[in-house]
Amino acid sequence: MAAAERPVPGISEETKPFWEALKAGRLTIQRCRACDHRQHYPRPFCLSCLSEDLEYVPASGEGRIYSYTWNHRPADPYFADKVPYAVALVELPEGVRLLTNLLDSPPEAVRIGAAVELVVTRVNEEISLPLFRVKGE
Amino acid sequence: MTVSLNRRTAIVGVAESDLGRTPGKTALQLQAQAAQRAMVDAGVKPKDIDAVFAHMPDRFSSMAVAEYLRIRPRFTDTTNTGGPSNLSHVLHAALAIEAGLCDVALITYGSTQASDRSRSLGGLPDDPRNPRGQFEIPFGHLTPIGSYALAATRHMHLYGTRPEQLAEVAVAARRWAALNPRAYKRDPLTVEEVLASPMIATPLRVLDCCLVTDGGGAVIVTSAERARSFAKPPVCVLGAAEGHSHHFSINELEEITVTNAIHTGRRAFDMAGVTPADIDVAEIYDSFTITVIMTLEDLGFCAKGEGGDFVSRGRIAPGGEFPLNTSGGGLSYCHPGMFGIFLLIEAVRQLRGECGERQVSGARLALCHGTGTTFGAQGTIILGRD
Repeated sequence: MAAAERPVPGISEETKPFWEALKAGRLTIQRCRACDHRQHYPRPFCLSCLSEDLEYVPASGEGRIYSYTWNHRPADPYFADKVPYAVALVELPEGVRLLTNLLDSPPEAVRIGAAVELVVTRVNEEISLPLFRVKGE
Repeated sequence: MTVSLNRRTAIVGVAESDLGRTPGKTALQLQAQAAQRAMVDAGVKPKDIDAVFAHMPDRFSSMAVAEYLRIRPRFTDTTNTGGPSNLSHVLHAALAIEAGLCDVALITYGSTQASDRSRSLGGLPDDPRNPRGQFEIPFGHLTPIGSYALAATRHMHLYGTRPEQLAEVAVAARRWAALNPRAYKRDPLTVEEVLASPMIATPLRVLDCCLVTDGGGAVIVTSAERARSFAKPPVCVLGAAEGHSHHFSINELEEITVTNAIHTGRRAFDMAGVTPADIDVAEIYDSFTITVIMTLEDLGFCAKGEGGDFVSRGRIAPGGEFPLNTSGGGLSYCHPGMFGIFLLIEAVRQLRGECGERQVSGARLALCHGTGTTFGAQGTIILGRD
Protein backbone atom coordinates (compact mmCIF):
# COMPACT_ATOMS: atom_id res chain seq x y z
CA MET A 1 0.00 0.00 0.00
CA ALA A 2 1.41 3.38 -0.98
CA ALA A 3 2.17 5.77 1.85
CA ALA A 4 -0.46 8.45 2.36
CA GLU A 5 0.37 11.76 0.70
CA ARG A 6 0.27 15.13 2.39
CA PRO A 7 -2.99 16.98 1.64
CA VAL A 8 -2.25 19.63 -0.95
CA PRO A 9 -3.68 23.11 -1.31
CA GLY A 10 -6.06 23.85 -4.16
CA ILE A 11 -4.60 26.66 -6.21
CA SER A 12 -6.96 29.54 -6.94
CA GLU A 13 -6.41 32.40 -9.35
CA GLU A 14 -5.28 34.93 -6.77
CA THR A 15 -2.94 32.51 -4.97
CA LYS A 16 -1.26 31.17 -8.11
CA PRO A 17 1.73 33.56 -7.82
CA PHE A 18 2.19 32.54 -4.18
CA TRP A 19 2.34 28.82 -4.97
CA GLU A 20 4.43 29.30 -8.14
CA ALA A 21 7.03 31.22 -6.14
CA LEU A 22 7.17 28.42 -3.57
CA LYS A 23 7.59 25.88 -6.36
CA ALA A 24 10.67 27.93 -7.32
CA GLY A 25 11.85 27.87 -3.70
CA ARG A 26 10.67 31.32 -2.53
CA LEU A 27 8.16 32.35 0.13
CA THR A 28 6.51 35.61 -0.92
CA ILE A 29 4.09 37.94 0.82
CA GLN A 30 1.45 40.04 -0.93
CA ARG A 31 2.13 43.79 -0.78
CA CYS A 32 -0.03 46.59 -2.13
CA ARG A 33 1.97 48.98 -4.30
CA ALA A 34 -0.63 51.71 -3.77
CA CYS A 35 -0.59 51.80 0.04
CA ASP A 36 2.16 49.38 1.23
CA HIS A 37 -0.33 47.19 3.07
CA ARG A 38 0.84 43.56 3.49
CA GLN A 39 -1.61 40.72 3.78
CA HIS A 40 -1.69 36.96 4.16
CA TYR A 41 -3.36 34.90 2.94
CA PRO A 42 -3.36 36.40 -0.59
CA ARG A 43 -6.55 38.08 -1.81
CA PRO A 44 -7.49 39.39 -5.26
CA PHE A 45 -7.15 43.01 -4.08
CA CYS A 46 -5.76 45.06 -1.22
CA LEU A 47 -8.02 44.74 1.85
CA SER A 48 -7.01 48.18 3.01
CA CYS A 49 -7.47 50.34 -0.12
CA LEU A 50 -9.04 47.89 -2.62
CA SER A 51 -6.28 48.42 -5.18
CA GLU A 52 -5.51 45.50 -7.48
CA ASP A 53 -1.94 46.78 -7.87
CA LEU A 54 -0.39 44.01 -5.79
CA GLU A 55 3.07 42.52 -5.81
CA TYR A 56 4.62 39.53 -4.07
CA VAL A 57 7.71 40.47 -2.06
CA PRO A 58 10.18 37.76 -1.12
CA ALA A 59 10.23 36.92 2.56
CA SER A 60 13.58 36.95 4.31
CA GLY A 61 13.01 33.43 5.61
CA GLU A 62 13.26 34.59 9.22
CA GLY A 63 10.45 34.33 11.71
CA ARG A 64 9.48 33.94 15.36
CA ILE A 65 7.05 31.48 16.92
CA TYR A 66 3.82 33.30 17.88
CA SER A 67 2.13 30.14 19.14
CA TYR A 68 2.30 26.39 18.61
CA THR A 69 0.66 23.11 19.51
CA TRP A 70 1.84 19.50 19.34
CA ASN A 71 -0.81 17.37 17.67
CA HIS A 72 -1.10 13.94 19.24
CA ARG A 73 -3.84 12.98 16.82
CA PRO A 74 -3.26 13.07 13.05
CA ALA A 75 -5.45 15.52 11.15
CA ASP A 76 -4.97 13.36 8.05
CA PRO A 77 -3.62 9.82 7.38
CA TYR A 78 -0.38 11.43 6.12
CA PHE A 79 0.39 12.57 9.67
CA ALA A 80 -0.43 9.25 11.34
CA ASP A 81 3.21 8.15 11.69
CA LYS A 82 4.41 11.65 12.58
CA VAL A 83 2.54 12.28 15.85
CA PRO A 84 3.20 14.26 17.84
CA TYR A 85 3.91 16.89 15.21
CA ALA A 86 4.07 20.66 15.65
CA VAL A 87 1.69 23.13 14.08
CA ALA A 88 2.72 26.73 14.65
CA LEU A 89 1.79 30.31 13.88
CA VAL A 90 4.98 32.06 12.80
CA GLU A 91 5.38 35.84 12.71
CA LEU A 92 7.40 37.16 9.80
CA PRO A 93 9.33 40.44 9.87
CA GLU A 94 7.46 41.24 6.64
CA GLY A 95 4.45 42.03 8.83
CA VAL A 96 2.23 38.95 8.57
CA ARG A 97 1.74 35.65 10.39
CA LEU A 98 1.18 32.27 8.84
CA LEU A 99 0.27 28.74 9.91
CA THR A 100 2.95 26.16 9.30
CA ASN A 101 4.70 23.06 10.63
CA LEU A 102 7.93 23.01 12.59
CA LEU A 103 10.32 20.41 11.24
CA ASP A 104 13.17 18.68 13.09
CA SER A 105 12.70 20.91 16.14
CA PRO A 106 13.43 19.53 19.60
CA PRO A 107 10.38 20.12 21.82
CA GLU A 108 12.39 22.01 24.43
CA ALA A 109 13.44 24.51 21.76
CA VAL A 110 9.87 25.12 20.59
CA ARG A 111 8.87 28.18 22.61
CA ILE A 112 6.84 31.28 21.90
CA GLY A 113 9.32 33.90 20.70
CA ALA A 114 11.87 31.35 19.46
CA ALA A 115 13.57 32.25 16.18
CA VAL A 116 12.77 29.99 13.25
CA GLU A 117 14.01 29.73 9.68
CA LEU A 118 12.16 28.90 6.48
CA VAL A 119 12.49 25.42 4.97
CA VAL A 120 10.68 25.33 1.62
CA THR A 121 9.56 21.71 1.37
CA ARG A 122 8.58 19.96 -1.83
CA VAL A 123 5.35 17.94 -1.68
CA ASN A 124 4.96 17.16 -5.37
CA GLU A 125 5.85 18.59 -8.79
CA GLU A 126 3.44 21.50 -8.40
CA ILE A 127 3.40 22.20 -4.68
CA SER A 128 6.07 23.17 -2.17
CA LEU A 129 5.08 24.31 1.33
CA PRO A 130 6.61 27.02 3.54
CA LEU A 131 7.66 25.03 6.60
CA PHE A 132 10.00 26.21 9.34
CA ARG A 133 12.63 24.91 11.72
CA VAL A 134 13.77 26.29 15.05
CA LYS A 135 17.13 27.95 14.51
CA GLY A 136 20.02 26.01 15.92
CA GLU A 137 22.70 27.56 18.11
CA MET B 1 -32.86 57.47 15.81
CA THR B 2 -31.82 54.26 17.53
CA VAL B 3 -34.35 51.92 19.03
CA SER B 4 -33.48 50.07 22.21
CA LEU B 5 -34.58 46.47 22.33
CA ASN B 6 -34.20 46.37 26.13
CA ARG B 7 -37.22 44.60 27.65
CA ARG B 8 -39.19 44.69 24.37
CA THR B 9 -39.37 40.90 24.01
CA ALA B 10 -39.49 37.86 26.26
CA ILE B 11 -38.87 34.13 26.08
CA VAL B 12 -42.07 32.28 26.97
CA GLY B 13 -41.32 28.65 26.10
CA VAL B 14 -38.24 26.45 26.31
CA ALA B 15 -37.64 22.73 25.89
CA GLU B 16 -35.03 20.15 24.96
CA SER B 17 -35.67 17.18 22.71
CA ASP B 18 -34.48 13.73 23.76
CA LEU B 19 -30.73 13.96 24.42
CA GLY B 20 -27.72 11.65 24.46
CA ARG B 21 -28.05 9.01 21.80
CA THR B 22 -31.11 9.23 19.56
CA PRO B 23 -30.32 6.98 16.59
CA GLY B 24 -33.96 6.69 15.66
CA LYS B 25 -34.40 10.42 15.01
CA THR B 26 -33.08 12.85 12.44
CA ALA B 27 -31.90 16.36 13.28
CA LEU B 28 -35.18 17.66 11.87
CA GLN B 29 -37.21 15.32 14.06
CA LEU B 30 -35.27 16.38 17.15
CA GLN B 31 -36.12 19.99 16.33
CA ALA B 32 -39.77 19.11 15.86
CA GLN B 33 -39.80 17.27 19.20
CA ALA B 34 -38.18 20.20 20.97
CA ALA B 35 -40.57 22.61 19.24
CA GLN B 36 -43.59 20.56 20.31
CA ARG B 37 -42.40 20.54 23.92
CA ALA B 38 -41.57 24.26 23.84
CA MET B 39 -44.97 25.10 22.41
CA VAL B 40 -46.61 23.06 25.18
CA ASP B 41 -44.40 24.89 27.69
CA ALA B 42 -45.60 28.21 26.29
CA GLY B 43 -49.18 27.16 25.74
CA VAL B 44 -49.19 27.93 21.99
CA LYS B 45 -49.95 25.92 18.88
CA PRO B 46 -48.22 25.88 15.46
CA LYS B 47 -50.92 28.22 14.11
CA ASP B 48 -49.75 30.87 16.62
CA ILE B 49 -46.15 30.85 15.34
CA ASP B 50 -45.38 33.36 12.57
CA ALA B 51 -41.58 33.40 12.57
CA VAL B 52 -39.13 30.49 12.33
CA PHE B 53 -35.38 30.50 13.02
CA ALA B 54 -33.34 27.33 12.40
CA HIS B 55 -29.89 26.59 10.98
CA MET B 56 -29.67 22.81 11.01
CA PRO B 57 -29.28 20.57 9.23
CA ASP B 58 -28.81 22.49 5.98
CA ARG B 59 -29.20 25.77 4.13
CA PHE B 60 -32.98 25.43 3.93
CA SER B 61 -33.35 24.76 7.62
CA SER B 62 -36.01 27.32 8.60
CA MET B 63 -38.13 26.12 5.67
CA ALA B 64 -37.64 22.48 6.64
CA VAL B 65 -38.66 23.07 10.26
CA ALA B 66 -41.61 25.23 9.22
CA GLU B 67 -42.91 22.66 6.76
CA TYR B 68 -42.57 19.84 9.27
CA LEU B 69 -44.66 21.77 11.80
CA ARG B 70 -47.06 23.21 9.19
CA ILE B 71 -46.03 26.78 9.97
CA ARG B 72 -46.06 29.46 7.26
CA PRO B 73 -43.88 32.19 8.74
CA ARG B 74 -43.86 35.81 7.66
CA PHE B 75 -40.36 36.16 9.05
CA THR B 76 -37.66 33.56 8.43
CA ASP B 77 -33.99 33.21 9.24
CA THR B 78 -31.42 30.46 8.72
CA THR B 79 -28.45 32.43 10.07
CA ASN B 80 -25.58 30.08 10.85
CA THR B 81 -22.57 31.28 12.81
CA GLY B 82 -21.98 27.97 14.53
CA GLY B 83 -22.31 28.02 18.31
CA PRO B 84 -23.96 31.45 18.75
CA SER B 85 -26.51 30.95 15.97
CA ASN B 86 -29.52 30.56 18.25
CA LEU B 87 -28.40 33.62 20.24
CA SER B 88 -28.28 35.61 17.02
CA HIS B 89 -31.77 34.24 16.35
CA VAL B 90 -32.98 35.79 19.64
CA LEU B 91 -31.54 39.16 18.55
CA HIS B 92 -33.11 38.86 15.10
CA ALA B 93 -36.46 37.75 16.58
CA ALA B 94 -36.42 40.75 18.94
CA LEU B 95 -35.81 43.08 16.01
CA ALA B 96 -38.59 41.54 13.94
CA ILE B 97 -41.08 41.54 16.80
CA GLU B 98 -40.25 45.14 17.72
CA ALA B 99 -40.72 46.15 14.08
CA GLY B 100 -44.12 44.48 14.05
CA LEU B 101 -43.09 41.99 11.37
CA CYS B 102 -44.06 38.99 13.48
CA ASP B 103 -45.56 38.21 16.88
CA VAL B 104 -44.47 34.78 18.06
CA ALA B 105 -41.07 33.36 17.02
CA LEU B 106 -39.90 29.75 17.19
CA ILE B 107 -36.14 29.10 17.37
CA THR B 108 -34.93 25.51 17.08
CA TYR B 109 -31.74 23.47 17.03
CA GLY B 110 -31.07 19.80 16.49
CA SER B 111 -28.19 17.51 15.58
CA THR B 112 -27.45 13.81 15.51
CA GLN B 113 -23.70 14.35 15.53
CA ALA B 114 -23.07 11.42 17.87
CA SER B 115 -25.20 8.88 16.03
CA ASP B 116 -23.66 10.16 12.79
CA ARG B 117 -20.25 9.39 14.36
CA SER B 118 -18.89 12.70 13.25
CA ARG B 119 -17.56 15.93 14.73
CA SER B 120 -18.23 17.61 11.43
CA LEU B 121 -19.84 21.03 11.76
CA GLY B 122 -21.75 20.35 8.58
CA GLY B 123 -22.06 22.77 5.72
CA LEU B 124 -20.35 22.60 2.37
CA PRO B 125 -17.54 20.11 1.91
CA ASP B 126 -14.21 21.85 1.99
CA ASP B 127 -13.00 23.04 -1.39
CA PRO B 128 -9.20 22.75 -1.31
CA ARG B 129 -9.09 26.22 -2.90
CA ASN B 130 -10.80 27.74 0.15
CA PRO B 131 -8.58 29.51 2.69
CA ARG B 132 -8.57 26.51 5.03
CA GLY B 133 -7.82 24.16 2.18
CA GLN B 134 -4.78 26.19 1.13
CA PHE B 135 -3.43 27.63 4.36
CA GLU B 136 -4.39 25.25 7.18
CA ILE B 137 -5.22 21.74 5.98
CA PRO B 138 -1.88 21.02 4.22
CA PHE B 139 -0.17 21.60 7.58
CA GLY B 140 -2.20 18.96 9.39
CA HIS B 141 -4.04 21.53 11.50
CA LEU B 142 -6.77 19.92 13.60
CA THR B 143 -10.01 21.89 13.29
CA PRO B 144 -11.37 23.25 15.47
CA ILE B 145 -9.37 22.00 18.46
CA GLY B 146 -6.00 22.95 16.95
CA SER B 147 -6.96 26.62 16.92
CA TYR B 148 -8.14 26.51 20.53
CA ALA B 149 -4.87 24.78 21.39
CA LEU B 150 -2.89 27.60 19.75
CA ALA B 151 -4.89 30.14 21.78
CA ALA B 152 -4.42 28.16 25.00
CA THR B 153 -0.66 27.79 24.48
CA ARG B 154 -0.30 31.53 24.00
CA HIS B 155 -2.59 32.32 26.96
CA MET B 156 -0.42 30.15 29.18
CA HIS B 157 2.72 31.85 27.89
CA LEU B 158 1.41 35.40 28.32
CA TYR B 159 -0.42 34.97 31.64
CA GLY B 160 0.95 31.87 33.34
CA THR B 161 -2.37 30.03 33.01
CA ARG B 162 -1.85 26.41 34.07
CA PRO B 163 -3.31 23.09 32.91
CA GLU B 164 -4.76 22.63 36.42
CA GLN B 165 -6.79 25.81 35.95
CA LEU B 166 -8.16 24.60 32.61
CA ALA B 167 -9.09 21.36 34.38
CA GLU B 168 -11.04 23.29 37.04
CA VAL B 169 -13.52 24.30 34.34
CA ALA B 170 -14.19 20.64 33.52
CA VAL B 171 -14.42 19.65 37.18
CA ALA B 172 -16.92 22.43 37.96
CA ALA B 173 -19.06 21.49 34.95
CA ARG B 174 -19.23 17.92 36.20
CA ARG B 175 -20.31 19.08 39.67
CA TRP B 176 -23.22 21.01 38.12
CA ALA B 177 -24.07 18.03 35.92
CA ALA B 178 -24.34 15.85 39.02
CA LEU B 179 -27.30 18.06 39.99
CA ASN B 180 -28.97 17.82 36.55
CA PRO B 181 -31.00 14.66 35.94
CA ARG B 182 -30.74 15.16 32.17
CA ALA B 183 -26.95 15.42 32.10
CA TYR B 184 -25.04 12.82 30.09
CA LYS B 185 -21.99 12.56 32.38
CA ARG B 186 -22.66 12.86 36.09
CA ASP B 187 -20.00 10.76 37.84
CA PRO B 188 -17.46 12.77 39.84
CA LEU B 189 -14.39 14.13 38.08
CA THR B 190 -11.12 15.35 39.58
CA VAL B 191 -8.41 17.66 38.28
CA GLU B 192 -6.02 14.68 38.34
CA GLU B 193 -8.34 12.68 36.08
CA VAL B 194 -8.58 15.54 33.60
CA LEU B 195 -4.78 15.88 33.54
CA ALA B 196 -4.42 12.13 33.03
CA SER B 197 -6.77 12.02 30.03
CA PRO B 198 -5.15 11.54 26.61
CA MET B 199 -3.59 14.60 24.98
CA ILE B 200 -5.10 15.69 21.67
CA ALA B 201 -3.33 18.97 20.81
CA THR B 202 -1.21 20.53 23.53
CA PRO B 203 -2.34 21.68 26.04
CA LEU B 204 -5.86 20.34 25.38
CA ARG B 205 -6.73 16.82 26.47
CA VAL B 206 -9.82 14.69 25.91
CA LEU B 207 -11.44 15.97 29.13
CA ASP B 208 -10.79 19.59 28.13
CA CYS B 209 -13.25 19.01 25.27
CA CYS B 210 -17.03 19.08 25.14
CA LEU B 211 -19.07 15.92 24.68
CA VAL B 212 -20.35 14.53 21.40
CA THR B 213 -24.05 13.71 21.79
CA ASP B 214 -27.30 13.92 19.89
CA GLY B 215 -29.95 16.41 20.88
CA GLY B 216 -31.98 19.49 20.17
CA GLY B 217 -33.82 22.36 21.75
CA ALA B 218 -36.30 25.11 21.08
CA VAL B 219 -37.27 28.48 22.51
CA ILE B 220 -40.27 30.69 21.81
CA VAL B 221 -40.02 34.48 21.82
CA THR B 222 -42.80 37.06 21.81
CA SER B 223 -43.32 40.70 22.71
CA ALA B 224 -43.02 41.67 26.38
CA GLU B 225 -46.66 42.82 26.41
CA ARG B 226 -47.99 39.60 24.92
CA ALA B 227 -45.74 37.56 27.23
CA ARG B 228 -47.56 38.77 30.34
CA SER B 229 -50.66 36.76 29.38
CA PHE B 230 -48.68 33.51 29.16
CA ALA B 231 -48.84 30.91 31.93
CA LYS B 232 -45.19 30.99 33.03
CA PRO B 233 -43.28 34.06 34.24
CA PRO B 234 -41.76 35.73 31.17
CA VAL B 235 -38.02 36.07 30.89
CA CYS B 236 -37.23 39.38 29.19
CA VAL B 237 -34.47 39.97 26.70
CA LEU B 238 -32.53 42.93 28.11
CA GLY B 239 -29.46 42.94 25.90
CA ALA B 240 -28.48 41.17 22.70
CA ALA B 241 -25.45 41.41 20.43
CA GLU B 242 -23.74 39.39 17.72
CA GLY B 243 -20.61 39.65 15.63
CA HIS B 244 -17.91 37.68 13.90
CA SER B 245 -14.22 38.31 13.41
CA HIS B 246 -13.34 35.43 11.10
CA HIS B 247 -14.62 32.17 9.69
CA PHE B 248 -12.13 29.42 10.59
CA SER B 249 -8.77 31.20 10.35
CA ILE B 250 -7.90 32.12 13.94
CA ASN B 251 -4.81 33.78 12.46
CA GLU B 252 -7.10 36.63 11.38
CA LEU B 253 -7.30 37.83 15.00
CA GLU B 254 -4.83 40.61 15.90
CA GLU B 255 -4.12 38.73 19.13
CA ILE B 256 -5.42 35.16 19.36
CA THR B 257 -6.03 35.36 23.12
CA VAL B 258 -8.52 38.23 22.71
CA THR B 259 -11.82 37.49 21.01
CA ASN B 260 -14.67 39.47 19.51
CA ALA B 261 -16.56 38.83 22.77
CA ILE B 262 -15.01 42.09 24.01
CA HIS B 263 -17.35 43.82 21.55
CA THR B 264 -20.50 41.68 21.75
CA GLY B 265 -20.31 41.71 25.54
CA ARG B 266 -20.00 45.48 25.69
CA ARG B 267 -22.88 45.97 23.24
CA ALA B 268 -25.14 43.58 25.14
CA PHE B 269 -24.32 45.09 28.54
CA ASP B 270 -24.86 48.62 27.13
CA MET B 271 -28.25 47.68 25.71
CA ALA B 272 -29.27 46.04 29.00
CA GLY B 273 -27.94 48.87 31.12
CA VAL B 274 -26.24 46.43 33.49
CA THR B 275 -22.67 45.41 34.25
CA PRO B 276 -20.93 42.05 34.77
CA ALA B 277 -21.21 42.55 38.55
CA ASP B 278 -25.03 42.50 38.21
CA ILE B 279 -25.17 39.02 36.61
CA ASP B 280 -26.49 36.30 38.96
CA VAL B 281 -25.90 33.31 36.71
CA ALA B 282 -23.91 32.87 33.49
CA GLU B 283 -24.14 30.29 30.74
CA ILE B 284 -20.94 30.62 28.71
CA TYR B 285 -20.28 28.16 25.94
CA ASP B 286 -17.68 25.59 26.97
CA SER B 287 -16.58 23.96 23.70
CA PHE B 288 -13.21 23.63 25.45
CA THR B 289 -12.02 24.62 28.90
CA ILE B 290 -9.96 27.47 27.40
CA THR B 291 -13.08 28.88 25.72
CA VAL B 292 -14.61 29.59 29.13
CA ILE B 293 -11.46 31.16 30.56
CA MET B 294 -10.90 33.51 27.63
CA THR B 295 -14.59 34.41 27.34
CA LEU B 296 -14.92 35.29 31.04
CA GLU B 297 -12.07 37.76 30.53
CA ASP B 298 -13.41 39.21 27.29
CA LEU B 299 -16.90 39.74 28.74
CA GLY B 300 -15.38 41.64 31.64
CA PHE B 301 -16.02 39.25 34.53
CA CYS B 302 -12.30 39.47 35.27
CA ALA B 303 -9.28 41.16 33.74
CA LYS B 304 -7.48 39.72 30.73
CA GLY B 305 -5.13 37.00 31.94
CA GLU B 306 -6.97 36.39 35.22
CA GLY B 307 -9.41 33.81 33.86
CA GLY B 308 -7.40 30.87 35.19
CA ASP B 309 -7.49 32.24 38.71
CA PHE B 310 -11.17 33.20 38.35
CA VAL B 311 -12.27 29.61 37.69
CA SER B 312 -10.19 28.15 40.50
CA ARG B 313 -10.99 27.31 44.12
CA GLY B 314 -14.60 26.43 43.37
CA ARG B 315 -15.75 29.92 42.40
CA ILE B 316 -17.71 28.66 39.37
CA ALA B 317 -18.86 25.35 40.91
CA PRO B 318 -22.09 24.70 42.89
CA GLY B 319 -21.90 26.75 46.11
CA GLY B 320 -19.33 29.15 44.63
CA GLU B 321 -19.69 32.89 44.17
CA PHE B 322 -20.18 32.78 40.40
CA PRO B 323 -22.62 30.12 39.21
CA LEU B 324 -21.46 29.19 35.71
CA ASN B 325 -22.82 26.64 33.25
CA THR B 326 -25.30 25.34 35.75
CA SER B 327 -26.66 22.60 33.45
CA GLY B 328 -23.25 20.95 33.34
CA GLY B 329 -22.50 22.61 30.03
CA GLY B 330 -21.20 21.12 26.83
CA LEU B 331 -18.50 19.50 28.92
CA SER B 332 -20.88 17.30 30.94
CA TYR B 333 -24.59 17.84 30.15
CA CYS B 334 -24.92 17.45 26.37
CA HIS B 335 -23.30 18.70 23.20
CA PRO B 336 -24.91 17.88 19.87
CA GLY B 337 -22.38 19.78 17.77
CA MET B 338 -23.35 23.19 19.08
CA PHE B 339 -24.78 24.54 22.31
CA GLY B 340 -26.41 27.94 21.83
CA ILE B 341 -29.98 26.80 22.38
CA PHE B 342 -29.03 25.04 25.61
CA LEU B 343 -27.47 28.20 27.04
CA LEU B 344 -30.81 29.94 26.53
CA ILE B 345 -32.92 27.06 27.91
CA GLU B 346 -30.89 26.81 31.12
CA ALA B 347 -30.80 30.58 31.67
CA VAL B 348 -34.57 30.82 31.28
CA ARG B 349 -35.14 27.92 33.67
CA GLN B 350 -32.82 29.49 36.25
CA LEU B 351 -34.71 32.79 36.03
CA ARG B 352 -38.07 31.00 36.29
CA GLY B 353 -36.88 29.06 39.36
CA GLU B 354 -37.32 25.66 37.69
CA CYS B 355 -33.85 24.22 38.28
CA GLY B 356 -34.45 22.11 41.35
CA GLU B 357 -31.23 20.99 43.01
CA ARG B 358 -29.08 23.22 40.81
CA GLN B 359 -31.24 26.32 41.23
CA VAL B 360 -29.28 29.52 41.85
CA SER B 361 -31.19 31.13 44.67
CA GLY B 362 -32.80 34.46 43.79
CA ALA B 363 -31.48 34.55 40.21
CA ARG B 364 -32.85 37.63 38.43
CA LEU B 365 -30.24 38.40 35.76
CA ALA B 366 -28.61 35.85 33.48
CA LEU B 367 -26.04 36.10 30.71
CA CYS B 368 -25.70 33.70 27.80
CA HIS B 369 -22.67 33.74 25.53
CA GLY B 370 -22.02 31.56 22.49
CA THR B 371 -18.81 31.11 20.52
CA GLY B 372 -18.59 29.76 16.99
CA THR B 373 -15.95 28.01 14.89
CA THR B 374 -12.46 28.90 16.16
CA PHE B 375 -13.56 31.92 18.23
CA GLY B 376 -14.80 33.26 14.89
CA ALA B 377 -18.34 34.18 15.89
CA GLN B 378 -19.82 35.50 19.11
CA GLY B 379 -23.26 36.15 20.54
CA THR B 380 -24.23 37.62 23.90
CA ILE B 381 -27.77 37.68 25.34
CA ILE B 382 -28.70 39.14 28.71
CA LEU B 383 -31.99 37.97 30.22
CA GLY B 384 -33.93 39.12 33.25
CA ARG B 385 -37.12 38.47 35.13
CA ASP B 386 -39.94 40.80 34.18
